[in-house]
Formats: sequence, structure tokens, C-alpha cells
Amino acid sequence: MHKLNRLLIEALDSLSANKLRSILTILGVVIGEAAVIAMLSIGRGASASITSRIESIGTNLVYVTPGSSSQNGVRNAAGSAGTLTIDDANALVNLNNVEAVAPEANSFVQIVYEAQNTRTRLIGVTPSYQDVGSLTLSDGEFITDENQSARSLVVVLGSSVAETLFGSTSGVVGQSVRMNGQPFKVIGVLESKGGTGFLNQDDQVFIPLSTALYRLVGGERFRGSSSIGQISIKASSAKAVTSVVSEVTLAMRERHGTVEGADDFTVTSQQATLAAATQVTDILTIFLGGIAGISLMVGGIGIMNIMLTTVTERTHEIGLRKAIGAQRRDILLQFLVESMVLSLVGGLIGVAIGWGIARLMGSIQIGGSAITPVVGLDSVLLATLFSMAVGLFFGIYPATRASRLQPVEALRYE
Amino acid sequence: MIEVKDLTKTYHLGTVEVPALRGVSFRIERGETVAIMGASGSGKSTLMNILGCLDLPSSGQYVLDGKNVSEMNEDELARVRNQKIGFVFQMFNLLPRMSVRRNAELPLFYAPQNGNTSSQDIRKRAEAMLVAVGLADRMNHRPMELSGGQQQRVAIARALINNPSVMLADEPTGNLDSHTGEEIMQLLLGLNQSKGLTLVIVTHDPNIASHTQRVIRLRDGVIENND
Repeated sequence: MHKLNRLLIEALDSLSANKLRSILTILGVVIGEAAVIAMLSIGRGASASITSRIESIGTNLVYVTPGSSSQNGVRNAAGSAGTLTIDDANALVNLNNVEAVAPEANSFVQIVYEAQNTRTRLIGVTPSYQDVGSLTLSDGEFITDENQSARSLVVVLGSSVAETLFGSTSGVVGQSVRMNGQPFKVIGVLESKGGTGFLNQDDQVFIPLSTALYRLVGGERFRGSSSIGQISIKASSAKAVTSVVSEVTLAMRERHGTVEGADDFTVTSQQATLAAATQVTDILTIFLGGIAGISLMVGGIGIMNIMLTTVTERTHEIGLRKAIGAQRRDILLQFLVESMVLSLVGGLIGVAIGWGIARLMGSIQIGGSAITPVVGLDSVLLATLFSMAVGLFFGIYPATRASRLQPVEALRYE
Repeated sequence: MIEVKDLTKTYHLGTVEVPALRGVSFRIERGETVAIMGASGSGKSTLMNILGCLDLPSSGQYVLDGKNVSEMNEDELARVRNQKIGFVFQMFNLLPRMSVRRNAELPLFYAPQNGNTSSQDIRKRAEAMLVAVGLADRMNHRPMELSGGQQQRVAIARALINNPSVMLADEPTGNLDSHTGEEIMQLLLGLNQSKGLTLVIVTHDPNIASHTQRVIRLRDGVIENND
């Protein structure tokens, strides 16, 4: 044990004899290590935030969307075929493990209240959509069966739409807004669910599906058609999703008379979306960490450079140590410990600084919402071990060179 | 006991072969004091390196305390240097960053039998050795804070710490004034008397050589005189 002690003491002695040089060498490792920690934690944070947003939509959902239409051999966008109908949706209700089925029709609409207006996503839905989409109302009520059968001109507003039009989410129920020139009565306002960009679930409004399909004047896509944009199915549990996907697929094939490979519909699950998103963020994390890892390698080359200089400068000392009985192994160990002390000290400081950077990044808002960086113990351990490995790897060559010096020649060196 | 037989050493400088030793044979008994003398280029440094197990002869035999050194590998040679030989150099060769005490301790750390010795024991042995060479009040100084004579005493303490059988001194007084040089010589001779240490001194100073029982004089790689 005291052998290691002595090696450490000697390493610290000789490193402190060249303070500036040691500090600069350590700095290279500090920067690399800090970058690795910061990048990994930001990647992890992005991953966690995307995952939680997708999970807030629900992980036990299965979606059926129409296939793409084909005109003169030119295939149009997915969903353009218009092959899904309300009857399809009704048929799926009776399948095993299906808790609720919500057909919907999507469009975009200009919504107007007095002098305010905004463009938002319009979704025609049935009452079961509230359950399927895990929607909570902050005020009023959701679309009812009566609204659906009467094709009522009623609307439920997403919270940010209410904010835009009325400047508030309360006291809005009972007001009248106009869409495509028709007056709609606001019957409810949804609670905010968060999310940005295409995942923003607050920037949308809901009307009865029947209203959307048969009454919304100017909504060309919907008018006079019973075809719907998407069917959302809530499975009884996340575990049942796989079996629901296959059952839905079989039922739809039977109804549409299609065979595998020629389906005019697509069945996907939220889990597949989640898996895809996780894969993307994992790749992002590896990419960021990899780039940061390069700077750690550069720090390692700095160590190697300085250790080679040290070995040359201390040739005479190496000769003396060999003369009084140091074996190759002793000299090798001495210089390896020195380079590993450099990389480990740099690594530890780097972890602290990287953690600080991650915290700082967490307080910066990106696209309206902050990414909360996740500094995992595993990434700290990984980065520290990596920095030690860098010290070991880049220390081996100089240390080997030192250990191979011939005592006579080394002693003669001035 | 040192016994060398037909030692030769040839250096290869590019394509040129430079013979430094051309067949040297002698014996040095345990407890003897011997000076090796010769002009520069006579081969005395080469002989010193071989006797000190720092280098191997090109041919010939070197037996130290019954062991054939000329057939050892690098690590075995290091062990012999650590256990059997104490070096004293002209330039002292102390490590400037370490205190006098830690300089004296150094060979103990390379000694395999000290794997489990506590730091305290190692420290005590170094302190005892420094007291023996008259440096009781200088143990925590840096070498640069000491006079030349004192530095050479530290080097002698370091050479003695593993209880070697041979002390090899390469111009031990070469960097000292004559008075201090004389003191160092007396210290070395005293150790020879009290511990039965074999003392081999390489020098070109006849005054130093006059202190030893025998002088081996080299010239052009062969022994010119041995009495």
C-alpha cells in the first residue's frame, strides 16, 4: 500500500514542480471532460422531455390512418386515400382489449372572436375522444352524444387558442366564435397539456365529428363525405397494444378486402412513435457525446506531449533511479501514475464544471420550454473512467520510453 | 568478492568498432580497497559501468559474490545493483525535488524485501544512516541547500541503505575542494573498516589512490599495472 502512496506523492511532487505546465495539461482534460458531461446530460434531458411529452398523450393508443391514394401511378401523401369511414370505427369497438374508439377528421381553420383571430387545427371528434386523448376540461364540458347527433355548432377550445382569442381560459364558455363564417358556441375549454411545435396539444379546437363532416361550410375536405382522417383506439393497457394492433389490422383487412402489402390503411401505435423518438434522441446523445469525446482525446494527446517532454527532461533522474535498483516496471509505473493523476484530476474538475454547464443550460429556454439536463451517475462514472483510460492510453508510450532507457546512457545525459 | 576474467567491451559507432576494454582480468577480495586509475579513454569508465552492473561486457566473465553477472537480464541486474552495490558519483546525483531523507530512502523502495515494511521503518533506517554520515540536522533540507561535501554524504547514506557488499565511487571527490575531499575519503575508508565494505574508487587523483591498498591502472583497454 505504501508503494502506491509513495508513487502518488512522487507524482504530485513532480507535477507541482512544473505548476503552469501541469495546470495547462489538466485544462485540456477538464475541457474535454466537461464537454462530455454537459453534452451527455443535455442529450439525456432532451430525450427525457420528448419521451414525457409523448407519454402524456398516452402509450396505450393505436392509430388507424388511411393509406395514400394513387393517381396515374403517382402516389400521393399518406392519409390522402380517404378510405376510412365512421363504419370502420364502429366495427372496431367490439374487438378484444379495446376500451374506446375515437374517429376524427382533421383540418385547419381560421377561428375568429370579435377582433381576434388565429389559425389552428380543427378536429371533428366523437365524445369518446375525451377518454382516448386523455383530455381534461378546465371549464365547461366536452362534446356530447346530443351534440353529435344534432350536428350542433359547438366548439371546445384548446387552452392556448382560448388565450389567444379571449386573453383568458376562464369565463369563455357561452361565448360565440366564428369558423368559416359560421357561429360556434364555446361549450368547454381544455386544460393545458404542454408540448411545442407539432406536438403542441393546446393549439387545437374540437367540434362534433358530424358537424365537421356535414355542416362546416367551406371545409371542402369534409363536406358531403363520410371519410375520416384517423381512428384512435385506446387499448385496455400498454401491454395489450401489440395484440390490439394485430387485431385491428386483421379486422380492417376483412372490412376493406385487402391483403398484406396492399392495405389501404396503416395501423401504428404510440409505442412505435415513442420507440422512434427514443432512437432519435439516443443517436443525438451519442453524437453529442462523441463530439465531446474528441475534445477529451485532444486533452489526452496534450498529456502524452507533456509526458514525453517530462521523460526527456528527467532522463538523468531515470538513469539514477535505475542505477540504484529501479526495474523497468518501477519506472513505467512512476510515469503512468503521473499521467493518470493528470487525467484524473482533470476528469474530476471536468465533471464538476460539466455539471455546472448542464445546470446552466437547463435554465435557458429553448423553443418556449426548458430542457432539464439529466446528469446521471452512470455518465459521470463513464466519463471519469474514460478520462482515466485516456491518461493510461496516452501515458503508456512515454512511460514505456522512460522504462526502456539504458542506465549508462541515461546517467550520461545532461 | 569481485572476479573478472577476459572482459572485453566494444562499442559500435555506426560501422566503426571502438574497443574500450580488450581483455581485463582481476580479483578484488571482500573488504579490500582498490583504486582504478587511467587517463581518459583508458576504459576506466567502461570498466566501472560493468563492475556496477550498469552495462554488460561484450565477452568475458564477471562474477560478483559467486553469481555470474554477465549472463543476467535487465531486471536481474537492477536487483543486483539495488542489493549488492552502492554508487557514489562525482556529481552526487541527488534528486533536487526531494528532501535529503527521501533521497536516502530511495533505494529501499526498489528493494523487493521491503514490500511490507512500514513507512515509519523506512524513515527510521534512512535517519539512522544520515546520522551515521553526520547529517543529523539536515534531514529535511533540499539537496540544493547543502554544501558539496554534505551532498556527497547524502549520496553515501543512500548508497549504504541496502547494506551493499561493494561501494563503487566514481571520482567521489572530483567536485570537492581538497579538504572536503579528504573528509569524504576518510568517511569511505571508515565504512570500509567498520562494515567490511569492499571499496572500489575510480579516480585520476594520485592522492586519493594513495589511500587504497591497491591500484589497478588501465591504459588503452588493458591493465598496465596491478599492485
